[in-house]
Amino acid sequence: MKSAGPVLVVITAILALWYLAAVPMNVKEVLTQAERAGAIVDPPSAVERRDTARLPLVMRNPELLGASWSMERARLPAPHQVAQELWASTWDEEVNGRRGIVRSGSLSNRSLVYHGGVTLGATFLGFLIGAGLGVLLAIGIVYSRVMDMSVMPWAIISQTIPIVALAPMIIVVLYSVGLPSLFAKAVISAYLSFFPVVVGMVKGLRSPDAMQLDLMRTYNASGSQSFWKLRLPASVPYLFASLKIGIAASLVGAIVGELPVQRGGLGARMLGGSYYGQTEQIWAALFVAAAMAALLVWFIGWVERRTLTAMGVPQ
Amino acid sequence: MCSAMKHGSGAELNADDWKIGSVIQAQNLDLTFQTNDGPVHALKDVSLEIGKGEFVSFIGPSGCGKTTFLRCIAGLETPTGGEISVNGMTPDEARKARAYGYVFQAAGLYPWRTIGGNVRLPLEIMGFSKAEQNERVARVLELVDLAGFDKKFPWQLSGGMQQRASIARALAFDADILLMDEPFGALDEIVRDHLNEQLLALWAQTEKTIGFVTHSIPEAVYLSTKIVVMSPRPGRITDVIDSPLPKERPLDIRDSKAFIDIAHRVRDGLRAGHQDD
Repeated sequence: MKSAGPVLVVITAILALWYLAAVPMNVKEVLTQAERAGAIVDPPSAVERRDTARLPLVMRNPELLGASWSMERARLPAPHQVAQELWASTWDEEVNGRRGIVRSGSLSNRSLVYHGGVTLGATFLGFLIGAGLGVLLAIGIVYSRVMDMSVMPWAIISQTIPIVALAPMIIVVLYSVGLPSLFAKAVISAYLSFFPVVVGMVKGLRSPDAMQLDLMRTYNASGSQSFWKLRLPASVPYLFASLKIGIAASLVGAIVGELPVQRGGLGARMLGGSYYGQTEQIWAALFVAAAMAALLVWFIGWVERRTLTAMGVPQ
Repeated sequence: MCSAMKHGSGAELNADDWKIGSVIQAQNLDLTFQTNDGPVHALKDVSLEIGKGEFVSFIGPSGCGKTTFLRCIAGLETPTGGEISVNGMTPDEARKARAYGYVFQAAGLYPWRTIGGNVRLPLEIMGFSKAEQNERVARVLELVDLAGFDKKFPWQLSGGMQQRASIARALAFDADILLMDEPFGALDEIVRDHLNEQLLALWAQTEKTIGFVTHSIPEAVYLSTKIVVMSPRPGRITDVIDSPLPKERPLDIRDSKAFIDIAHRVRDGLRAGHQDD
Protein backbone atom coordinates (compact mmCIF):
# COMPACT_ATOMS: atom_id res chain seq x y z
CA MET A 1 0.00 0.00 0.00
CA LYS A 2 3.06 2.21 -0.05
CA SER A 3 2.24 3.11 -3.65
CA ALA A 4 -1.20 4.49 -2.78
CA GLY A 5 0.11 8.02 -2.12
CA PRO A 6 1.75 8.71 -5.49
CA VAL A 7 -1.13 7.01 -7.32
CA LEU A 8 -3.64 9.26 -5.55
CA VAL A 9 -1.59 12.34 -6.40
CA VAL A 10 -1.53 11.42 -10.08
CA ILE A 11 -5.24 10.66 -10.17
CA THR A 12 -6.04 13.96 -8.44
CA ALA A 13 -3.85 15.83 -10.90
CA ILE A 14 -5.56 14.15 -13.86
CA LEU A 15 -9.01 14.93 -12.49
CA ALA A 16 -8.08 18.56 -11.84
CA LEU A 17 -6.70 18.91 -15.34
CA TRP A 18 -9.81 17.28 -16.75
CA TYR A 19 -12.19 19.64 -14.95
CA LEU A 20 -10.06 22.58 -16.04
CA ALA A 21 -10.01 21.42 -19.67
CA ALA A 22 -13.79 20.96 -19.68
CA VAL A 23 -14.31 24.73 -19.32
CA PRO A 24 -12.73 25.89 -22.62
CA MET A 25 -13.84 22.71 -24.40
CA ASN A 26 -17.48 23.36 -23.64
CA VAL A 27 -17.45 27.16 -23.58
CA LYS A 28 -19.26 27.78 -26.88
CA GLU A 29 -22.23 25.56 -26.03
CA VAL A 30 -22.31 26.92 -22.50
CA LEU A 31 -22.49 30.50 -23.77
CA THR A 32 -25.19 29.64 -26.31
CA GLN A 33 -27.23 28.08 -23.56
CA ALA A 34 -26.69 31.11 -21.31
CA GLU A 35 -27.75 33.45 -24.09
CA ARG A 36 -30.95 31.48 -24.60
CA ALA A 37 -31.60 31.80 -20.89
CA GLY A 38 -31.37 35.58 -21.24
CA ALA A 39 -27.85 36.36 -20.16
CA ILE A 40 -25.75 38.94 -21.97
CA VAL A 41 -22.81 37.29 -23.62
CA ASP A 42 -19.63 38.95 -24.88
CA PRO A 43 -19.44 39.04 -27.89
CA PRO A 44 -23.20 39.03 -28.37
CA SER A 45 -23.29 37.70 -31.92
CA ALA A 46 -23.18 33.94 -32.42
CA VAL A 47 -21.20 34.36 -35.64
CA GLU A 48 -18.57 36.40 -33.88
CA ARG A 49 -18.37 33.83 -31.11
CA ARG A 50 -17.89 31.07 -33.64
CA ASP A 51 -14.80 32.86 -34.93
CA THR A 52 -13.35 33.61 -31.52
CA ALA A 53 -10.97 31.22 -29.85
CA ARG A 54 -12.14 29.36 -26.77
CA LEU A 55 -9.76 30.81 -24.23
CA PRO A 56 -10.70 34.46 -24.90
CA LEU A 57 -14.34 33.45 -24.63
CA VAL A 58 -13.63 31.95 -21.23
CA MET A 59 -11.77 35.12 -20.16
CA ARG A 60 -14.49 37.45 -21.31
CA ASN A 61 -17.44 35.59 -19.74
CA PRO A 62 -16.13 34.25 -16.44
CA GLU A 63 -19.50 34.64 -14.68
CA LEU A 64 -21.43 32.59 -17.24
CA LEU A 65 -19.41 29.36 -17.05
CA GLY A 66 -21.41 27.70 -14.29
CA ALA A 67 -22.84 25.04 -16.61
CA SER A 68 -19.46 23.88 -17.97
CA TRP A 69 -19.50 20.71 -15.92
CA SER A 70 -23.15 19.79 -16.31
CA MET A 71 -23.80 20.16 -20.04
CA GLU A 72 -25.77 17.53 -21.83
CA ARG A 73 -23.83 16.17 -24.78
CA ALA A 74 -20.79 18.13 -23.72
CA ARG A 75 -17.80 18.12 -25.95
CA LEU A 76 -15.82 17.02 -22.96
CA PRO A 77 -18.05 15.71 -20.19
CA ALA A 78 -16.75 16.27 -16.67
CA PRO A 79 -15.43 13.26 -14.75
CA HIS A 80 -18.46 13.08 -12.49
CA GLN A 81 -20.74 13.03 -15.53
CA VAL A 82 -18.80 10.08 -16.92
CA ALA A 83 -18.95 8.42 -13.53
CA GLN A 84 -22.73 8.89 -13.44
CA GLU A 85 -23.02 7.44 -16.92
CA LEU A 86 -20.84 4.51 -15.87
CA TRP A 87 -23.08 3.86 -12.89
CA ALA A 88 -26.25 4.30 -14.91
CA SER A 89 -25.14 1.97 -17.67
CA THR A 90 -23.85 -0.78 -15.41
CA TRP A 91 -25.38 -1.28 -11.97
CA ASP A 92 -28.42 0.96 -12.38
CA GLU A 93 -29.33 -0.46 -15.78
CA GLU A 94 -28.98 -4.08 -14.71
CA VAL A 95 -30.53 -3.84 -11.26
CA ASN A 96 -33.24 -1.22 -11.72
CA GLY A 97 -33.74 -1.06 -15.47
CA ARG A 98 -36.65 -2.68 -17.30
CA ARG A 99 -34.25 -4.62 -19.51
CA GLY A 100 -31.78 -5.39 -16.71
CA ILE A 101 -30.87 -8.84 -15.52
CA VAL A 102 -32.87 -8.48 -12.34
CA ARG A 103 -36.20 -7.84 -14.09
CA SER A 104 -35.75 -9.54 -17.43
CA GLY A 105 -33.39 -12.35 -16.52
CA SER A 106 -30.87 -11.42 -19.18
CA LEU A 107 -28.29 -8.67 -19.46
CA SER A 108 -29.56 -5.43 -20.91
CA ASN A 109 -28.24 -4.53 -24.34
CA ARG A 110 -27.89 -0.99 -23.07
CA SER A 111 -25.54 -1.92 -20.30
CA LEU A 112 -21.79 -1.89 -20.43
CA VAL A 113 -21.79 -5.21 -18.59
CA TYR A 114 -23.37 -6.80 -21.63
CA HIS A 115 -21.16 -4.96 -24.13
CA GLY A 116 -18.04 -5.59 -22.06
CA GLY A 117 -18.90 -9.28 -22.03
CA VAL A 118 -19.28 -9.33 -25.81
CA THR A 119 -15.88 -7.69 -26.21
CA LEU A 120 -14.30 -9.96 -23.64
CA GLY A 121 -15.50 -13.07 -25.49
CA ALA A 122 -13.91 -11.91 -28.73
CA THR A 123 -10.79 -10.85 -26.85
CA PHE A 124 -10.33 -14.27 -25.27
CA LEU A 125 -10.98 -16.19 -28.45
CA GLY A 126 -8.66 -13.91 -30.40
CA PHE A 127 -6.00 -14.13 -27.71
CA LEU A 128 -6.12 -17.92 -27.70
CA ILE A 129 -5.81 -18.05 -31.48
CA GLY A 130 -3.13 -15.35 -31.55
CA ALA A 131 -1.03 -16.72 -28.70
CA GLY A 132 -1.29 -20.28 -30.01
CA LEU A 133 -0.36 -19.20 -33.50
CA GLY A 134 2.45 -17.05 -32.13
CA VAL A 135 3.98 -19.92 -30.17
CA LEU A 136 3.73 -22.30 -33.13
CA LEU A 137 5.27 -19.77 -35.50
CA ALA A 138 8.07 -19.09 -33.02
CA ILE A 139 8.86 -22.80 -32.77
CA GLY A 140 8.92 -22.99 -36.56
CA ILE A 141 11.15 -19.94 -36.81
CA VAL A 142 13.61 -21.27 -34.24
CA TYR A 143 13.83 -24.75 -35.73
CA SER A 144 13.57 -24.02 -39.43
CA ARG A 145 15.88 -21.66 -41.22
CA VAL A 146 13.45 -21.44 -44.10
CA MET A 147 10.71 -20.23 -41.76
CA ASP A 148 13.12 -17.88 -40.06
CA MET A 149 13.88 -16.25 -43.39
CA SER A 150 10.33 -16.28 -44.72
CA VAL A 151 7.88 -15.82 -41.85
CA MET A 152 9.57 -13.13 -39.80
CA PRO A 153 9.55 -10.39 -42.48
CA TRP A 154 5.87 -11.05 -43.16
CA ALA A 155 5.06 -10.95 -39.49
CA ILE A 156 6.74 -7.56 -39.26
CA ILE A 157 5.02 -6.27 -42.40
CA SER A 158 1.68 -7.46 -41.07
CA GLN A 159 2.05 -5.11 -38.13
CA THR A 160 2.75 -2.07 -40.27
CA ILE A 161 -0.66 -2.22 -41.92
CA PRO A 162 -3.13 -0.05 -39.97
CA ILE A 163 -5.59 -2.44 -38.41
CA VAL A 164 -8.40 0.08 -38.76
CA ALA A 165 -8.01 -0.13 -42.53
CA LEU A 166 -7.74 -3.88 -42.57
CA ALA A 167 -10.51 -4.72 -40.11
CA PRO A 168 -13.51 -3.94 -42.37
CA MET A 169 -12.04 -6.10 -45.12
CA ILE A 170 -11.49 -9.02 -42.80
CA ILE A 171 -15.03 -8.68 -41.50
CA VAL A 172 -16.57 -8.45 -44.95
CA VAL A 173 -14.62 -11.47 -46.20
CA LEU A 174 -15.37 -13.62 -43.18
CA TYR A 175 -19.00 -12.51 -43.10
CA SER A 176 -19.49 -13.43 -46.74
CA VAL A 177 -17.97 -16.84 -46.04
CA GLY A 178 -20.67 -17.22 -43.41
CA LEU A 179 -18.63 -17.10 -40.22
CA PRO A 180 -20.17 -15.49 -37.14
CA SER A 181 -19.08 -11.96 -36.25
CA LEU A 182 -17.47 -13.25 -33.04
CA PHE A 183 -15.02 -15.15 -35.16
CA ALA A 184 -14.30 -12.16 -37.38
CA LYS A 185 -13.54 -10.04 -34.34
CA ALA A 186 -11.38 -12.80 -32.89
CA VAL A 187 -9.38 -12.93 -36.12
CA ILE A 188 -8.62 -9.21 -35.90
CA SER A 189 -7.79 -9.68 -32.26
CA ALA A 190 -5.46 -12.56 -33.09
CA TYR A 191 -3.91 -10.52 -35.88
CA LEU A 192 -2.76 -7.97 -33.32
CA SER A 193 -1.79 -10.37 -30.54
CA PHE A 194 0.23 -13.01 -32.38
CA PHE A 195 3.09 -10.65 -33.15
CA PRO A 196 4.38 -9.87 -29.66
CA VAL A 197 4.07 -13.56 -28.83
CA VAL A 198 6.15 -14.55 -31.87
CA VAL A 199 8.85 -12.03 -31.08
CA GLY A 200 9.02 -12.86 -27.38
CA MET A 201 8.82 -16.59 -27.89
CA VAL A 202 11.56 -16.63 -30.55
CA LYS A 203 13.80 -14.75 -28.16
CA GLY A 204 12.84 -17.07 -25.33
CA LEU A 205 13.40 -20.27 -27.28
CA ARG A 206 16.78 -18.94 -28.35
CA SER A 207 17.73 -17.83 -24.84
CA PRO A 208 19.62 -21.00 -23.78
CA ASP A 209 23.29 -20.25 -24.36
CA ALA A 210 25.75 -22.36 -26.33
CA MET A 211 26.94 -24.06 -23.18
CA GLN A 212 23.49 -25.29 -22.24
CA LEU A 213 22.92 -26.57 -25.76
CA ASP A 214 26.32 -28.29 -25.69
CA LEU A 215 25.36 -29.91 -22.44
CA MET A 216 22.31 -31.38 -24.15
CA ARG A 217 24.55 -32.64 -26.93
CA THR A 218 26.86 -34.40 -24.48
CA TYR A 219 23.79 -36.27 -23.23
CA ASN A 220 22.99 -37.09 -26.84
CA ALA A 221 19.53 -35.61 -26.22
CA SER A 222 17.04 -35.72 -29.08
CA GLY A 223 15.60 -32.57 -30.57
CA SER A 224 12.32 -32.97 -28.74
CA GLN A 225 14.11 -33.60 -25.45
CA SER A 226 16.11 -30.38 -25.79
CA PHE A 227 12.89 -28.61 -26.66
CA TRP A 228 10.82 -29.84 -23.73
CA LYS A 229 13.57 -29.88 -21.13
CA LEU A 230 15.59 -26.83 -22.11
CA ARG A 231 14.17 -24.44 -24.69
CA LEU A 232 10.57 -24.41 -23.56
CA PRO A 233 11.17 -23.90 -19.83
CA ALA A 234 13.82 -21.28 -20.63
CA SER A 235 11.30 -19.37 -22.74
CA VAL A 236 8.60 -19.12 -20.07
CA PRO A 237 9.59 -15.69 -18.65
CA TYR A 238 9.73 -14.28 -22.21
CA LEU A 239 6.41 -15.88 -23.04
CA PHE A 240 4.63 -14.18 -20.17
CA ALA A 241 6.06 -10.78 -21.00
CA SER A 242 4.69 -11.22 -24.53
CA LEU A 243 1.35 -12.54 -23.35
CA LYS A 244 0.81 -9.38 -21.31
CA ILE A 245 1.30 -7.24 -24.40
CA GLY A 246 -0.64 -9.73 -26.48
CA ILE A 247 -3.78 -9.75 -24.36
CA ALA A 248 -3.94 -5.96 -24.28
CA ALA A 249 -3.50 -5.94 -28.07
CA SER A 250 -6.26 -8.56 -28.31
CA LEU A 251 -8.65 -6.24 -26.51
CA VAL A 252 -7.80 -3.40 -28.86
CA GLY A 253 -8.31 -5.74 -31.81
CA ALA A 254 -11.70 -6.87 -30.56
CA ILE A 255 -12.83 -3.26 -30.10
CA VAL A 256 -11.58 -2.25 -33.54
CA GLY A 257 -13.40 -5.28 -34.95
CA GLU A 258 -16.62 -4.11 -33.33
CA LEU A 259 -16.56 -0.69 -34.95
CA PRO A 260 -17.82 -1.82 -38.36
CA VAL A 261 -19.90 -4.76 -37.08
CA GLN A 262 -22.25 -2.85 -34.77
CA ARG A 263 -23.56 -5.98 -33.10
CA GLY A 264 -22.72 -5.04 -29.56
CA GLY A 265 -19.45 -4.74 -27.74
CA LEU A 266 -17.55 -1.77 -26.39
CA GLY A 267 -16.44 -0.76 -29.89
CA ALA A 268 -20.02 -0.59 -31.09
CA ARG A 269 -20.90 1.39 -27.99
CA MET A 270 -18.13 3.93 -28.64
CA LEU A 271 -19.08 4.38 -32.26
CA GLY A 272 -22.77 4.62 -31.35
CA GLY A 273 -21.91 7.30 -28.81
CA SER A 274 -20.04 9.32 -31.41
CA TYR A 275 -22.91 9.00 -33.95
CA TYR A 276 -25.38 10.49 -31.52
CA GLY A 277 -23.10 12.94 -29.74
CA GLN A 278 -23.31 10.87 -26.55
CA THR A 279 -19.82 11.74 -25.39
CA GLU A 280 -20.46 10.41 -21.90
CA GLN A 281 -21.27 7.06 -23.43
CA ILE A 282 -17.97 7.05 -25.33
CA TRP A 283 -16.02 7.93 -22.25
CA ALA A 284 -17.80 5.38 -20.13
CA ALA A 285 -17.11 2.64 -22.68
CA LEU A 286 -13.51 3.79 -22.84
CA PHE A 287 -13.14 3.48 -19.10
CA VAL A 288 -14.65 0.02 -19.07
CA ALA A 289 -12.22 -0.98 -21.83
CA ALA A 290 -9.29 0.44 -19.89
CA ALA A 291 -10.36 -1.31 -16.71
CA MET A 292 -10.75 -4.58 -18.61
CA ALA A 293 -7.29 -4.24 -20.14
CA ALA A 294 -5.80 -3.58 -16.71
CA LEU A 295 -7.61 -6.58 -15.30
CA LEU A 296 -6.50 -8.86 -18.13
CA VAL A 297 -2.87 -7.79 -17.85
CA TRP A 298 -3.05 -8.22 -14.10
CA PHE A 299 -4.48 -11.70 -14.58
CA ILE A 300 -1.62 -12.74 -16.87
CA GLY A 301 0.79 -11.28 -14.33
CA TRP A 302 -0.85 -13.35 -11.61
CA VAL A 303 -0.54 -16.54 -13.64
CA GLU A 304 3.07 -15.57 -14.38
CA ARG A 305 3.90 -15.15 -10.70
CA ARG A 306 2.31 -18.49 -9.86
CA THR A 307 4.13 -20.25 -12.67
CA LEU A 308 7.53 -18.73 -11.95
CA THR A 309 7.20 -19.48 -8.25
CA ALA A 310 6.43 -23.08 -9.13
CA MET A 311 9.52 -23.02 -11.36
CA GLY A 312 11.66 -21.97 -8.43
CA VAL A 313 12.32 -18.36 -9.37
CA PRO A 314 12.87 -16.32 -6.22
CA GLN A 315 10.17 -13.68 -5.83
CA MET B 1 40.91 -44.90 -37.63
CA CYS B 2 42.16 -46.90 -34.72
CA SER B 3 42.95 -50.55 -35.16
CA ALA B 4 39.82 -51.75 -33.42
CA MET B 5 37.60 -50.25 -36.08
CA LYS B 6 39.00 -52.64 -38.66
CA HIS B 7 37.04 -55.42 -37.02
CA GLY B 8 34.09 -53.45 -38.12
CA SER B 9 31.77 -53.66 -35.15
CA GLY B 10 30.77 -52.46 -31.76
CA ALA B 11 32.34 -51.59 -28.47
CA GLU B 12 32.50 -55.06 -26.96
CA LEU B 13 34.93 -56.22 -29.62
CA ASN B 14 37.07 -53.18 -29.08
CA ALA B 15 37.35 -53.87 -25.41
CA ASP B 16 39.36 -57.06 -25.98
CA ASP B 17 41.29 -55.75 -28.88
CA TRP B 18 42.42 -52.59 -27.26
CA LYS B 19 45.84 -51.62 -26.28
CA ILE B 20 45.52 -52.02 -22.53
CA GLY B 21 44.63 -48.86 -20.73
CA SER B 22 44.46 -46.37 -23.57
CA VAL B 23 41.15 -44.53 -23.53
CA ILE B 24 41.77 -41.49 -25.69
CA GLN B 25 44.14 -41.42 -28.63
CA ALA B 26 44.78 -38.39 -30.81
CA GLN B 27 47.05 -38.55 -33.85
CA ASN B 28 48.21 -35.38 -35.66
CA LEU B 29 44.98 -33.61 -34.86
CA ASP B 30 44.33 -30.41 -36.78
CA LEU B 31 41.45 -28.01 -36.40
CA THR B 32 41.10 -24.82 -38.39
CA PHE B 33 38.17 -22.48 -37.89
CA GLN B 34 37.16 -20.42 -40.88
CA THR B 35 36.36 -16.95 -39.60
CA ASN B 36 35.71 -13.65 -41.28
CA ASP B 37 39.28 -12.61 -40.51
CA GLY B 38 40.65 -15.68 -42.24
CA PRO B 39 41.45 -19.17 -40.93
CA VAL B 40 42.36 -19.66 -37.27
CA HIS B 41 44.52 -22.65 -36.41
CA ALA B 42 42.98 -23.71 -33.16
CA LEU B 43 44.90 -27.01 -33.11
CA LYS B 44 47.93 -28.05 -35.09
CA ASP B 45 49.44 -31.50 -35.16
CA VAL B 46 48.28 -32.51 -31.69
CA SER B 47 49.08 -36.08 -30.72
CA LEU B 48 48.30 -37.44 -27.29
CA GLU B 49 47.42 -40.68 -25.59
CA ILE B 50 45.44 -40.80 -22.38
CA GLY B 51 45.38 -44.01 -20.37
CA LYS B 52 42.52 -45.39 -18.34
CA GLY B 53 42.17 -43.81 -14.93
CA GLU B 54 44.59 -41.00 -15.68
CA PHE B 55 44.04 -37.45 -14.50
CA VAL B 56 45.23 -35.24 -17.34
CA SER B 57 45.44 -31.46 -17.09
CA PHE B 58 45.64 -29.19 -20.08
CA ILE B 59 47.32 -25.92 -19.28
CA GLY B 60 48.23 -22.95 -21.40
CA PRO B 61 47.35 -19.33 -22.13
CA SER B 62 44.08 -18.30 -23.73
CA GLY B 63 43.78 -19.37 -27.32
CA CYS B 64 46.15 -22.32 -27.01
CA GLY B 65 43.40 -24.73 -27.95
CA LYS B 66 43.09 -26.57 -24.66
CA THR B 67 39.32 -26.15 -24.52
CA THR B 68 39.06 -26.90 -28.23
CA PHE B 69 40.98 -30.13 -27.74
CA LEU B 70 38.65 -31.12 -24.90
CA ARG B 71 35.69 -30.35 -27.13
CA CYS B 72 37.21 -32.52 -29.86
CA ILE B 73 37.43 -35.40 -27.42
CA ALA B 74 33.80 -34.77 -26.54
CA GLY B 75 32.67 -34.68 -30.14
CA LEU B 76 31.50 -31.08 -29.77
CA GLU B 77 34.00 -29.96 -32.43
CA THR B 78 35.00 -31.85 -35.53
CA PRO B 79 38.73 -31.84 -36.31
CA THR B 80 39.69 -30.85 -39.83
CA GLY B 81 42.61 -33.26 -39.91
CA GLY B 82 44.20 -36.15 -38.03
CA GLU B 83 42.52 -38.90 -36.08
CA ILE B 84 41.04 -39.19 -32.65
CA SER B 85 39.41 -42.10 -30.92
CA VAL B 86 37.63 -42.37 -27.60
CA ASN B 87 37.10 -45.84 -26.15
CA GLY B 88 38.00 -47.13 -29.61
CA MET B 89 35.16 -45.17 -31.20
CA THR B 90 35.01 -41.84 -32.94
CA PRO B 91 34.21 -39.01 -30.51
CA ASP B 92 30.77 -38.72 -32.05
CA GLU B 93 30.03 -42.39 -31.49
CA ALA B 94 31.40 -42.07 -27.97
CA ARG B 95 29.13 -39.10 -27.40
CA LYS B 96 26.16 -41.10 -28.60
CA ALA B 97 27.23 -43.99 -26.38
CA ARG B 98 27.28 -41.45 -23.53
CA ALA B 99 30.91 -42.24 -22.78
CA TYR B 100 31.67 -39.05 -20.93
CA GLY B 101 30.34 -36.44 -18.57
CA TYR B 102 31.21 -32.82 -19.31
CA VAL B 103 31.61 -30.07 -16.73
CA PHE B 104 31.65 -26.52 -18.07
CA GLN B 105 33.23 -23.42 -16.62
CA ALA B 106 29.86 -22.18 -15.41
CA ALA B 107 27.75 -24.61 -13.45
CA GLY B 108 24.91 -24.04 -15.93
CA LEU B 109 22.29 -25.50 -13.67
CA TYR B 110 18.74 -24.98 -14.88
CA PRO B 111 17.24 -22.36 -12.58
CA TRP B 112 13.80 -23.93 -12.89
CA ARG B 113 14.97 -27.28 -11.60
CA THR B 114 15.97 -28.17 -8.06
CA ILE B 115 19.48 -29.48 -7.45
CA GLY B 116 18.05 -32.99 -7.48
CA GLY B 117 16.14 -32.18 -10.65
CA ASN B 118 19.28 -30.89 -12.32
CA VAL B 119 21.25 -34.02 -11.48
CA ARG B 120 18.29 -36.05 -12.69
CA LEU B 121 18.25 -34.28 -16.07
CA PRO B 122 20.72 -36.54 -17.92
CA LEU B 123 19.09 -39.59 -16.33
CA GLU B 124 15.66 -38.53 -17.63
CA ILE B 125 17.10 -37.94 -21.08
CA MET B 126 18.83 -41.30 -21.08
CA GLY B 127 15.69 -43.07 -19.96
CA PHE B 128 16.66 -44.45 -16.58
CA SER B 129 13.78 -45.81 -14.51
CA LYS B 130 12.30 -43.62 -11.81
CA ALA B 131 13.68 -45.77 -9.00
CA GLU B 132 17.13 -45.87 -10.55
CA GLN B 133 17.03 -42.08 -11.05
CA ASN B 134 16.29 -41.55 -7.36
CA GLU B 135 18.99 -43.97 -6.29
CA ARG B 136 21.62 -42.38 -8.55
CA VAL B 137 20.73 -38.80 -7.64
CA ALA B 138 21.07 -39.62 -3.96
CA ARG B 139 24.35 -41.42 -4.55
CA VAL B 140 26.11 -38.73 -6.60
CA LEU B 141 24.88 -35.91 -4.38
CA GLU B 142 26.39 -37.82 -1.48
CA LEU B 143 29.59 -38.15 -3.50
CA VAL B 144 29.96 -34.38 -3.95
CA ASP B 145 28.89 -33.69 -0.39
CA LEU B 146 25.52 -32.20 -1.26
CA ALA B 147 23.25 -34.76 0.36
CA GLY B 148 20.17 -33.01 1.71
CA PHE B 149 20.32 -30.21 -0.87
CA ASP B 150 18.32 -31.99 -3.54
CA LYS B 151 15.17 -29.94 -2.88
CA LYS B 152 17.00 -26.60 -3.02
CA PHE B 153 17.02 -24.42 -6.10
CA PRO B 154 20.36 -23.38 -7.63
CA TRP B 155 20.09 -19.74 -6.53
CA GLN B 156 19.93 -20.92 -2.93
CA LEU B 157 23.46 -22.40 -3.22
CA SER B 158 26.90 -20.79 -3.29
CA GLY B 159 28.98 -20.83 -6.48
CA GLY B 160 31.16 -23.66 -5.21
CA MET B 161 28.15 -25.75 -4.26
CA GLN B 162 26.60 -25.11 -7.68
CA GLN B 163 29.77 -26.30 -9.38
CA ARG B 164 29.75 -29.41 -7.19
CA ALA B 165 26.15 -30.03 -8.24
CA SER B 166 27.19 -29.75 -11.88
CA ILE B 167 29.94 -32.32 -11.25
CA ALA B 168 27.34 -34.58 -9.67
CA ARG B 169 25.24 -34.11 -12.80
CA ALA B 170 28.17 -35.21 -14.95
CA LEU B 171 28.78 -38.23 -12.72
CA ALA B 172 25.17 -39.33 -12.50
CA PHE B 173 25.10 -41.58 -15.56
CA ASP B 174 28.41 -43.29 -14.80
CA ALA B 175 30.37 -42.29 -17.84
CA ASP B 176 33.95 -43.46 -17.36
CA ILE B 177 35.42 -40.27 -18.79
CA LEU B 178 34.98 -36.94 -17.07
CA LEU B 179 35.87 -33.85 -19.11
CA MET B 180 36.15 -30.62 -17.14
CA ASP B 181 36.63 -27.26 -18.79
CA GLU B 182 38.01 -24.85 -16.20
CA PRO B 183 35.36 -25.98 -13.76
CA PHE B 184 36.75 -23.95 -10.86
CA GLY B 185 37.93 -20.96 -12.88
CA ALA B 186 35.27 -18.64 -11.53
CA LEU B 187 35.69 -19.59 -7.88
CA ASP B 188 37.86 -18.02 -5.22
CA GLU B 189 41.13 -19.56 -4.09
CA ILE B 190 39.90 -21.08 -0.84
CA VAL B 191 36.83 -22.72 -2.35
CA ARG B 192 39.03 -23.87 -5.18
CA ASP B 193 41.51 -25.60 -2.86
CA HIS B 194 38.69 -27.33 -1.13
CA LEU B 195 37.10 -28.50 -4.37
CA ASN B 196 40.47 -29.67 -5.72
CA GLU B 197 40.89 -31.84 -2.66
CA GLN B 198 37.39 -33.20 -3.06
CA LEU B 199 37.93 -33.83 -6.74
CA LEU B 200 41.00 -35.94 -6.02
CA ALA B 201 39.06 -37.95 -3.47
CA LEU B 202 36.27 -38.40 -5.99
CA TRP B 203 38.71 -39.50 -8.64
CA ALA B 204 40.29 -42.06 -6.29
CA GLN B 205 36.84 -43.36 -5.41
CA THR B 206 35.38 -43.60 -8.91
CA GLU B 207 38.57 -44.40 -10.89
CA LYS B 208 37.40 -42.31 -13.80
CA THR B 209 39.59 -40.91 -16.53
CA ILE B 210 39.61 -37.15 -16.16
CA GLY B 211 40.52 -34.47 -18.67
CA PHE B 212 40.87 -31.12 -16.93
CA VAL B 213 41.43 -27.73 -18.51
CA THR B 214 42.92 -25.03 -16.30
CA HIS B 215 44.80 -21.73 -16.26
CA SER B 216 46.39 -22.41 -12.92
CA ILE B 217 49.79 -24.06 -12.61
CA PRO B 218 49.38 -25.15 -8.95
CA GLU B 219 45.97 -26.60 -9.74
CA ALA B 220 47.34 -28.56 -12.69
CA VAL B 221 50.32 -29.90 -10.74
CA TYR B 222 48.30 -30.72 -7.66
CA LEU B 223 45.62 -32.68 -9.48
CA SER B 224 47.26 -34.41 -12.39
CA THR B 225 49.07 -37.60 -13.18
CA LYS B 226 49.87 -36.06 -16.55
CA ILE B 227 50.21 -32.39 -17.42
CA VAL B 228 49.87 -31.28 -21.02
CA VAL B 229 51.39 -27.85 -21.64
CA MET B 230 50.01 -26.08 -24.68
CA SER B 231 50.79 -22.85 -26.48
CA PRO B 232 48.86 -20.66 -28.88
CA ARG B 233 48.96 -19.61 -32.55
CA PRO B 234 48.70 -22.31 -33.65
CA GLY B 235 47.40 -24.30 -30.70
CA ARG B 236 49.84 -27.12 -30.05
CA ILE B 237 51.36 -29.26 -27.34
CA THR B 238 54.76 -28.07 -26.17
CA ASP B 239 55.36 -30.47 -23.29
CA VAL B 240 53.80 -33.52 -21.66
CA ILE B 241 54.84 -34.08 -18.07
CA ASP B 242 54.17 -37.32 -16.21
CA SER B 243 53.83 -36.37 -12.59
CA PRO B 244 55.96 -38.34 -10.13
CA LEU B 245 53.75 -37.25 -7.23
CA PRO B 246 52.05 -40.04 -5.28
CA LYS B 247 48.34 -40.66 -5.73
CA GLU B 248 47.70 -39.68 -2.16
CA ARG B 249 48.06 -35.88 -2.10
CA PRO B 250 47.37 -33.77 0.94
CA LEU B 251 47.17 -30.02 0.26
CA ASP B 252 50.58 -29.37 1.80
CA ILE B 253 52.25 -31.49 -0.87
CA ARG B 254 52.35 -28.19 -2.69
CA ASP B 255 55.29 -27.15 -0.52
CA SER B 256 57.33 -30.24 -1.39
CA LYS B 257 60.34 -30.07 -3.69
CA ALA B 258 58.91 -32.52 -6.19
CA PHE B 259 55.81 -30.34 -6.56
CA ILE B 260 57.83 -27.15 -7.02
CA ASP B 261 60.07 -28.83 -9.59
CA ILE B 262 57.12 -29.86 -11.72
CA ALA B 263 55.60 -26.42 -11.40
CA HIS B 264 58.89 -25.00 -12.68
CA ARG B 265 58.90 -27.30 -15.63
CA VAL B 266 55.33 -26.32 -16.48
CA ARG B 267 56.21 -22.66 -16.22
CA ASP B 268 59.23 -23.16 -18.46
CA GLY B 269 57.05 -24.93 -20.98
CA LEU B 270 54.56 -22.07 -20.97
CA ARG B 271 57.34 -19.52 -21.38
CA ALA B 272 58.88 -21.46 -24.28
CA GLY B 273 55.52 -21.46 -26.00
CA HIS B 274 55.37 -17.69 -25.71
CA GLN B 275 58.83 -16.97 -27.05
CA ASP B 276 57.86 -17.17 -30.67
CA ASP B 277 55.17 -14.51 -30.24
